[in-house]
Amino acid sequence: MNDVMSDSVRVVLPAHLRAMAKIQGEVRLDVEGAVTQRAVLDALEREFPVLRGTIRDRATAQRRAFVRFFACGEDLSHEEPDSPLPDRVVHAEEPFRIVGAMAGG
Amino acid sequence: MGGTRVLVGTRKGAFVLTSDERRSDWAVDGPHFPGWETYHVKGSPVDPARIYASQTSGWFGQVIQRSDDGGASWEPVGNDFTYDGVPGEHQWYDGTLRPWSFTRVWHLEPSLHDAETVFAGVEDAALFKSTDGGAEWKELSGLRQHDTGPQWQPGAGGMCLHTILQHPTDRDRLYVAISAAGAFRTSDGGRTWEPINRGLRSGEIPDEDSEVGHCVHRIDMHPANPDVLYMQKHWDVMRSKDGGDTWHEVSGNLPSDFGFPIAVHAHEPETVYVVPILSDSHHFPPDGRLRVYRSRTGGDEWEALTNGLPQENCYVNVLRDAMAVDQHESCGVYFGTSGGQVYASRDSGDSWTPIVRDLPAVLSVEVQTLP
Repeated sequence: MNDVMSDSVRVVLPAHLRAMAKIQGEVRLDVEGAVTQRAVLDALEREFPVLRGTIRDRATAQRRAFVRFFACGEDLSHEEPDSPLPDRVVHAEEPFRIVGAMAGG
Repeated sequence: MGGTRVLVGTRKGAFVLTSDERRSDWAVDGPHFPGWETYHVKGSPVDPARIYASQTSGWFGQVIQRSDDGGASWEPVGNDFTYDGVPGEHQWYDGTLRPWSFTRVWHLEPSLHDAETVFAGVEDAALFKSTDGGAEWKELSGLRQHDTGPQWQPGAGGMCLHTILQHPTDRDRLYVAISAAGAFRTSDGGRTWEPINRGLRSGEIPDEDSEVGHCVHRIDMHPANPDVLYMQKHWDVMRSKDGGDTWHEVSGNLPSDFGFPIAVHAHEPETVYVVPILSDSHHFPPDGRLRVYRSRTGGDEWEALTNGLPQENCYVNVLRDAMAVDQHESCGVYFGTSGGQVYASRDSGDSWTPIVRDLPAVLSVEVQTLP
């Protein structure tokens, strides 16, 4: 479906991670090959190594429990990491949103 | 005149409080890492400008921050705390087995000898060491792989390694404490470990002579007398005069022997401070009165220190890493509360003043005595 070089993928990070990575606004990432959750997160962590371990567990590479992924109005948190992301994300018409789950404290 | 820098970790960030040796006027800088739990902040005894901080979050995991300018600015360093090999299992609260899983760094202990070397005590309990200023971490796995490991279980706050003490002259000797496994000692730089819990009595466990299973809350020692260790256990204040080989109770006349921190005076190895808490199900001081207790006899005989502390309607807690002493000629004592106050005494505890009142709940307090 999207096994081609994408446009720059847009990624929106939660405020705490933007602050830590010194990012303002959206991130744009060049993702080679299929545009999947894994590929986007790999590209994100290559660009911003300080984010390693903050979205995915260091040991298991699993999404952290209180982090969710959304795009195009859909909750993609439980999609397989290697499933293709929607075409509108691939073509930068919609951002891939990384969200800290709303929970008290 | 020397300076004083108090490093405060809170539920919502870190704060750096500075003063001169008089310790009467304080500047407050922070929050650093706003919104993040900061479990511990501690400076290097070799290079006071080097400070390490454990920034952690249930959402985004563990971050280690390092400052090279005394806490004015910070840079994230390494956060890869991968256990050595395939981690085994430990006991869960209900006695079932559960795999070791990294959650956070509770305590950072910079080396006495080298500013680039720092130890980290983590949950689930393990000890890590970095020799490059926190960039990379390697587990000293002989501790976690001790034969008793599968019997270790969490305390109410999790199965955390919260205390790391370095012998002042023998680099190979370390003491650590784990809730709720107990205290451990190494004499070979962390390769092998032995439990040092003989004499502890924990009514919650069936075998009163059990080698492990004791909820040790904090240990401290004075560098001039490193064979003498002081312990605040879940219940009981304990003392060892033989480097942890045996312990005996020194709770004496305390109004409650439950509590979290314990600290030793900078210049008097037999002067010890605790903060009695009513019980493990209350987590506030007896009678709504916030009292530090001081013993000048190595325990057993305690006096209440109340001057300047609230003596009515006070229901805060003081956590295990939230008390520290400075090294000034007139020893300063500091502690932080769950209500966001940091109290300081510049006269060994005789009188107290809140140096900041309205921080988030305080998790840790450390102090640097600056040249």
